[in-house]
Amino acid sequence: MVPTNYYLILSAILFGLGIVAFVFKRNIITIFMAIELMLNAVNLAFVAFSQSLGKPDGEVFVLFVIVVAAAEAAVGLGIIILTARTRRSLNVERVDLLKL
Amino acid sequence: MPILDYLWIIPLLPLLGSALNGLFGKNWPNKVVNTVALGSTGLSFVLAIEAVREFFANGQQPFRREFVEWIVAGTFHAGFNLQLDQLSVVMLLVVTGVGFLIHIYSTGYMAHEGGYYRFFSYLNLFMFFMLILVLAANFVLLFVGWEGVGLCSYLLVGFYFLRKSAADAGKKAFIVNRIGDFGFMLGMFLIFRTFHSLDFSAVFTQLATLPPENMGQFGVLTIAALLLFVGATGKSAQIPLYVWLPDAMEGPTPVSALIHAATMVTAGVYVVARSHLLYTHAPSAMYVVAVVGCATAFFAATIGLVQSDIKKVLAYSTVSQLGYMFLGCGVGAFSAGIFHLMTHAFFKALLFLSAGSVIHAVGGEQDMWKMGGLASKIKVTFWCMLFGTIAIAGFPPFAAFFSKDAILFAAYNSEAGGKTLYAVGLLAAVLTSFYVFRLIWLTFFTEPRYDEHHVHVHESPKNMTVPLMILAFLSLTGGWFALPALFGGKDYFTDFLAPVLGSVEAAGTEGSASLEHTLSLVAVAAATAGLLVAWRMYTKGAKQGPSTGLHKVLYHKYYIDELYQAVVVSPLVWVSTNVLWKVIDVGFIDGIVNGVGTVSRAIGDTVRQTQSGNTRSYAVWVLVGAIVVFAIIFWPILHPALFGEVRP
Repeated sequence: MVPTNYYLILSAILFGLGIVAFVFKRNIITIFMAIELMLNAVNLAFVAFSQSLGKPDGEVFVLFVIVVAAAEAAVGLGIIILTARTRRSLNVERVDLLKL
Repeated sequence: MPILDYLWIIPLLPLLGSALNGLFGKNWPNKVVNTVALGSTGLSFVLAIEAVREFFANGQQPFRREFVEWIVAGTFHAGFNLQLDQLSVVMLLVVTGVGFLIHIYSTGYMAHEGGYYRFFSYLNLFMFFMLILVLAANFVLLFVGWEGVGLCSYLLVGFYFLRKSAADAGKKAFIVNRIGDFGFMLGMFLIFRTFHSLDFSAVFTQLATLPPENMGQFGVLTIAALLLFVGATGKSAQIPLYVWLPDAMEGPTPVSALIHAATMVTAGVYVVARSHLLYTHAPSAMYVVAVVGCATAFFAATIGLVQSDIKKVLAYSTVSQLGYMFLGCGVGAFSAGIFHLMTHAFFKALLFLSAGSVIHAVGGEQDMWKMGGLASKIKVTFWCMLFGTIAIAGFPPFAAFFSKDAILFAAYNSEAGGKTLYAVGLLAAVLTSFYVFRLIWLTFFTEPRYDEHHVHVHESPKNMTVPLMILAFLSLTGGWFALPALFGGKDYFTDFLAPVLGSVEAAGTEGSASLEHTLSLVAVAAATAGLLVAWRMYTKGAKQGPSTGLHKVLYHKYYIDELYQAVVVSPLVWVSTNVLWKVIDVGFIDGIVNGVGTVSRAIGDTVRQTQSGNTRSYAVWVLVGAIVVFAIIFWPILHPALFGEVRP
């Protein structure tokens, strides 16, 4: 059986990658995917703990996270499509109408 | 249904009338407004009579009841407490009776004026507050009435508010009264501090057990009495706060009669009489009351000698007569003061209403030098006014003869400076007689001085003359309660008030009957002297000569208004403009307010830099936030890990 630590380390690596992509990428879709990546990294940590502790709580949480992620995907993709239509670009730095 | 159990209805009816007329009267015809106003006051008068009848039927037991609980705070308790004792009975009947007559008169006098409903709404409101004042059983409720009548006075003096002088006079009346009210409030606070109650019965019961403060000894009682008297000088127009009353003549004449002659201005006398135990325990304060009253009586009478405006003469006369009432109270003859209050309510209301009728007859002219020879043209008014004049001058058997006589007699017998007070009072009586007969001669006799082609002199309608006749009758008979005393019998008025005021009266009324007769004769002689001088000077129709010397000083009222303007008003205006406005308001208060605005703006300007609108910077903020939250949650673990274990 794979030790829990391994799962957690993988989860941390995935989460770190998500943060880096989230902060440094300019493409909105990439940023969006980075967020999904972070969510799934957390999911991985949850199920790992669930397995090691022998309790179902973590799995229940994962289901909630998946539901929220789905909702977020629906809204987020909608925003991305509208942004792409109005600005003819997916560069996040072009979305700056609220700037001073 | 015993009306005493529903005593609150008596003041409430006029309030109802006032509300109805004030809220809906604008679109009502005058007849409906009349019905509401006269109905409410008339009903109130009838109920008052019924209440007094029950009061007598109960063997004159003082009636006291808390109808509604009002203020409860810690040990302080004040309720909507009404009481009916002998003193309240006198005041209640005077206020409702004279008030009702003046309401009737007003329907004639104000018939062609704008704001008819407004006038009656205010007048009814005044009745409400005045009744609260005289029926109140504690100082707090009395003060509600006290302030309320002041408000109505302001509203009614400034009734013709489009005229600047009227609006100013209203303000003056209100502001001068504020000074007095301030003293009154301080007095109340002091009484509460000393006796832990403001209920009349509670305060006076405790007072009775205290030793009196001797002459020249200044204790809490003296100070409280003097502070209450400051309030009284404001409301009752005594030196030094009398200046508002003559100006208050800007109001419609029925208002002058009701508020500024018969009822409101006597509130101060009522308060002094009501708190007579306080005053008898503070002889120094009483002496002050007597001296101020006496001085005012004389001082105002001298000003009244030369005024040319018919209402101004009567205004100064009112100030002077109020001075008599305070003189009476000050020398311990409280019932004599109240007696004069009652007779004054009759004859001064009569004089004012007659003057109103005269003014009405000559088309709004108030200057006596533009009247003359009216006696034959407006006979009813003339005879009524003559009754009032004889009454105020103090000829027997008219009302003021008895009341003024009682006051002067008490002054003569008083211990502290009695002879001087008596002499000055007597001199004021001569002057009184002079100025009222001067008024009669200038107005009703001598040749006409108005433009006979333009002014069509006409007698007033019935609704004005009938109240005049009733008041004339009362001016004649109002003093007869004391008639038997002249022949060695009882003074029914003093006897009646004895349960309230009597216990302190004993000292003042000792004196032989022969002395009293002598003093009465002297008083009549004084009145006759005034009459004769007036007759000699004005019977041939003296011309209004150039004003010089003493006459000029008197005509300009000793320049008191100018003095107050220079000493009080101007410095106050200067300080308000140059310090309060330009330094404190503009510099300080506006500075704080604007400073708060400037600082908020500066903070906002700085902080909004973080709102760059750049999505990626927001992403970084989210990350930073997450790290911070993480750090806070794991601080207990992180702290020893980063900085090592801290061991105490």
